[in-house]
Amino acid sequence: NCQSSIPSHGKSLQDKNARPLSLSGHVGFDSLPHQLVNKSTCQGFCFNILCIGETGIGKSTLMDTLFNTNFENFESSHFEPKVKLRAQTYDLQESNVRLKLTIVNTVGFGDQMNKQESYQHVVDYIDTQFESYLQEELKIKRSLHNYHDSRIHACLYFIAPSGHSLKSLDLVTMKKLDSKVNIIPVIAKADTISKSELHKFKIKIMSELVSNGVQIYQFPTDDETVSKINTAMNGILPFAVVGSSEEVKIGNKMVKARQYPWGVVQVENENHCDFVKLREMLICVNMEDLREQTHTRHYELYRRCKLEEMGFTDTNPESKPVSLQETYEAKRHEFLGDLQRREEEMRQMFVQRVKEKETELKEAERELQGKFEQLKRLHSEEKSKLDEKRRSLEDEINTFSKKKAAAELLQGQSFNTNANLKKDKDRKK
Amino acid sequence: SLSLSLSLSLSLSLSLPLPPPSLSPPRHDLFGYVGIEAVLDQMRRKTMKAGFEFNIMVVGQSGLGKSTLVNTLFKSKVSRKSCSPNYEEKISKTVKLQSVSHVIEEKGVKMKLTVIDTPGFGDQINNENCWEPIVSYVNEQYERYLKEELYVNRKPRIPDTRVHCCVYFLPATGHWLRPIDVEFMKRLGKIVSIVPIIAKADTLTMEERQEFKQRIRQDLNANGIRVYPQTEYDEDPEDRILNDKIRENIPFAVVGTDKEHQVNGNKVLGRKTKWGIIEVENVAHCEFTNLRDLLIRSHLQDLKDVTHNIHYETFRVRRLNESNLTVHGLALIIVYTHTTLEFRILESPPESDLQYTVANTATASCFYSIL
Repeated sequence: NCQSSIPSHGKSLQDKNARPLSLSGHVGFDSLPHQLVNKSTCQGFCFNILCIGETGIGKSTLMDTLFNTNFENFESSHFEPKVKLRAQTYDLQESNVRLKLTIVNTVGFGDQMNKQESYQHVVDYIDTQFESYLQEELKIKRSLHNYHDSRIHACLYFIAPSGHSLKSLDLVTMKKLDSKVNIIPVIAKADTISKSELHKFKIKIMSELVSNGVQIYQFPTDDETVSKINTAMNGILPFAVVGSSEEVKIGNKMVKARQYPWGVVQVENENHCDFVKLREMLICVNMEDLREQTHTRHYELYRRCKLEEMGFTDTNPESKPVSLQETYEAKRHEFLGDLQRREEEMRQMFVQRVKEKETELKEAERELQGKFEQLKRLHSEEKSKLDEKRRSLEDEINTFSKKKAAAELLQGQSFNTNANLKKDKDRKK
Repeated sequence: SLSLSLSLSLSLSLSLPLPPPSLSPPRHDLFGYVGIEAVLDQMRRKTMKAGFEFNIMVVGQSGLGKSTLVNTLFKSKVSRKSCSPNYEEKISKTVKLQSVSHVIEEKGVKMKLTVIDTPGFGDQINNENCWEPIVSYVNEQYERYLKEELYVNRKPRIPDTRVHCCVYFLPATGHWLRPIDVEFMKRLGKIVSIVPIIAKADTLTMEERQEFKQRIRQDLNANGIRVYPQTEYDEDPEDRILNDKIRENIPFAVVGTDKEHQVNGNKVLGRKTKWGIIEVENVAHCEFTNLRDLLIRSHLQDLKDVTHNIHYETFRVRRLNESNLTVHGLALIIVYTHTTLEFRILESPPESDLQYTVANTATASCFYSIL
């Protein structure tokens, strides 16, 4: 269940209508938390982390180290024209807990010459995930308990280990994001800063955040079980981290570390860096709180703003509560009137178009008819000419055959005459 | 006929970039300990802090032992009868629903238990439509929740008064379901999870009980009545096996009491008669423990989930569809997009559950997507 059905932080159960009562024996509803957790275990959990940081600052390596695995990463170039976000989802399992982890990395953050638009893409991405959820929630036929929650639960902001102060891009970005997501700032590549510099650096960062009104995520201190450790950790922020997927032999163990000529930085050594603290806080102690804050605070804020933007309110101008029915009826009436007007417009436009087309077609028809007439005329002219010629030809033939017959006759007669003369001559001899 | 697809768009609709693909993400093996399983503990802590709500309704004629059974289930005087100081057993003229809430705690787990009683049900001479006040009540609670859910400024925790479980008391006649039983369960089974039980089952012998149960199950089937746990909501094969066992055994034959007696040196809850003591929590005597285990120890969260994910959603779909906008028989589809509301008029309603992006109006309007 990516959207847990845990009743959220809020008022306790005590209200005026319910009296406390004591039980005379074991009833068995103490198994409720287990029943709830079992359900969630079967369905699995969702957790989405957004990593913001410059190219090459170590985001992917830290993720690998944090989750003790090797996600398929590839190096990005420094020449991205715009900041992009790349999201990848992984299915992790530890004992019987299944986690659907989505890691979103910024690509090209801080690389552009003009960084003015850098944070906008990140803000848009986060808003888009909220929007997706809101749309699903507002659907008539919805399936929220099957919904793959893509909202960002934790945002790790990677601060470059300059040792001086925050960059203006960092401040501006974090300020834009602090009301939308739980920000956990980390100092990346902390092995390049000395211990004393680090201490000063952390103080400087926190004071800059405070003076600029940036609200980063505070580990919750209201639950006695974890308030002590959370309070302590709140004072160590931002965590100085080192990530590594390589292992080095220390003593007789292989540990994750970075080997330098002058020594070995052990990732899981709390004297060397705050990596263990980050993992502890992010995963072991506060993962559920991060998810809850995202849903009950950041998402609700987004939803409220969005709905207000669209003109929905809970009370009308006279501050009387507006019933759902009234709102819909009023808006429906408005909408129907509007619709009818547009329909009319459309209809008229349509009629107009039909008329135009009709005249066009008539014009074409006339043209065609004219052409046809003309052709017909030409054809009949040709025909009559041809007929004439034929007649004259026939006449000629007739004349000719008559002449021929006459000539033949004459020839026959003259031949006979000659033949008779010859006969006569012969007889006379 | 022309297929009019007029899109009155005044602004472009932005198509949302898809969320990260969730279809079969690559499975990654962890090289070592990370600490993910600690999230279970975190969840448990949070739920214990927030507490739980559970609303159970009991329906049946007077005299079937509803109050006693509920008190026995929760081992305290949670029924209305036990709370009202001047309670008089009167047959009321109409079915009136009354609820009473208590907060009970066990091993750090706090629960606000609300018991809804239905006095007058089945008690009149003419019992036609006696289920109507109950149906109204159930729907009213869904309506209340829906309203809260739709507020712009909503409470971080919406108070849940929806009926999670309705225990229906069948008198131990030994015969079949009566018309009132069939009518009630038919109607209510569609909107709430019904758990039928045979009340005051100590008047049936074991054989009579088995026969009665079988007949009831046949009757339920024949009338198309769905009782909890419904087969179609089994989520996985494990669930199915577990629930099948329960389904083969319902309705549970129960006996309730709040009196204790000594049996073999132990104090047990039981009813003392001249022919023996009926031990309520003895599975050989009656199925009270089965009922208790089902309702409280194993399926309580499931009852709530089924109410929330299925019954409530069904109500919501029906309710929102009632306010559908239709103009001249054309189905209007309005979808809420990234920046503006848009809508499109189609000649005929679409067959599938698609979302259309449509035109903008000057003012924002309702935010539905139609099936």
